[in-house]
Amino acid sequence: MADIESGGGGGHKKGGKVRSKKQSTRVDFTPMVDLGFLLITFFMLTTSMNKPQTMEINMPVKEDLPPEEQQKIKASQTVTLLLTKDDKIVYYFVDGITGEPGVPQVTTFSKSGIRKTLIRENRLRNAAVDSIPLYRKRYENRDIDEVEYKKNIGRIQGFKNGLIVIIKASDDSKYKNLVDILDEMAISNIGRYAIVDITPVEVEMLKATPL
Amino acid sequence: MSKVKVPRKSTYVDMTAMTDVAFLLLTFFMLATKFKPDEPVLVDTPSSISEIKLPESDIMLITIGKEGQVFFGVDGQPVRAKALIEMGKIYNISFTEQEIKEFSLVAQFGVPIGSLKQFLAVKGEARTKIVQPGIPSDSAKNELSDWIWQTRLANNKVRVAVKGDKDTNYPIVKQVIATLQERKVNRFNFITSMESANQ
Repeated sequence: MADIESGGGGGHKKGGKVRSKKQSTRVDFTPMVDLGFLLITFFMLTTSMNKPQTMEINMPVKEDLPPEEQQKIKASQTVTLLLTKDDKIVYYFVDGITGEPGVPQVTTFSKSGIRKTLIRENRLRNAAVDSIPLYRKRYENRDIDEVEYKKNIGRIQGFKNGLIVIIKASDDSKYKNLVDILDEMAISNIGRYAIVDITPVEVEMLKATPL
Repeated sequence: MSKVKVPRKSTYVDMTAMTDVAFLLLTFFMLATKFKPDEPVLVDTPSSISEIKLPESDIMLITIGKEGQVFFGVDGQPVRAKALIEMGKIYNISFTEQEIKEFSLVAQFGVPIGSLKQFLAVKGEARTKIVQPGIPSDSAKNELSDWIWQTRLANNKVRVAVKGDKDTNYPIVKQVIATLQERKVNRFNFITSMESANQ
């Protein structure tokens, strides 16, 4: 590449005898560049720049408390999501009056699926939930600091009569379904949810429901 | 061969600027990146909107492969060595100094403790070719539970991260979470890839 052609001779002539008195001290840097790019390619391929992202999970402490001491929640406040195969979710509400589970409905993980249902039901029970995006905007514009932001979010999400979600994953579901449903909890601003084991009654319900 | 003599001009290009650029890029990569850890099995993590980053040190990583095999790894050579010695005591297997040293260099492994000696005996390239069956974590024989406990005893600041493949079946994940809860780990992280909230 860097070809020194003009007279004045930079390199050694064959035979070793340098005839010209003027010696050019130009060094050819091409191999240096090759080396540099080889090392860059090595580092590009064997290292990773981004740290992996994580989702924080808090599970309740597993204590064997007698049923009286376990936290009581009103069944009518809850919606139970059963995660099943082919990325489908079967959910049912509990009737406030009769205490019986309602008709199970099938939905998917798409935006118009479970998310629409959760946001709608949460809004019905907790009118303040619409102000969460406003708080987030104010936090991003630095109008309020993190402590106040978290306090307000905590207050709205912890509202006593808000929607409580019970997540039960069947053995046919995949890990991806669990992560996606936890994502939906974050997107729909659901304050209270729990991951519990599926009951045999619900396994039967899943078998009976056409997907 | 042309009969016309083409006047040859000097094609001299000064390459010093190019080398400066090359070495600047190299320095950037050397300082801003970390070597990718050797993974026993390729895991495709599901995506989530969560933007929290994994902390740099003191991580106990439990990887679950697509077929449900469980791999275990923790940061820090002294922690690994201590955990191995204690596990050896529980399972009545004594490890030699050489094996302990070899083990402390392994980032992640997935073999039952009975086969660990053979696993450590294989060196280098051949080791990456072994298909590792995973650490047993079923309720009858829960070695994973003991590994978690001994690692926490060796380093009580360790934080737990679970990395699962998106197509892993749920029962094994449930088993791992139940094992963690048994050992009083109720706060842990799932490793996920990036996703925007509109998906």
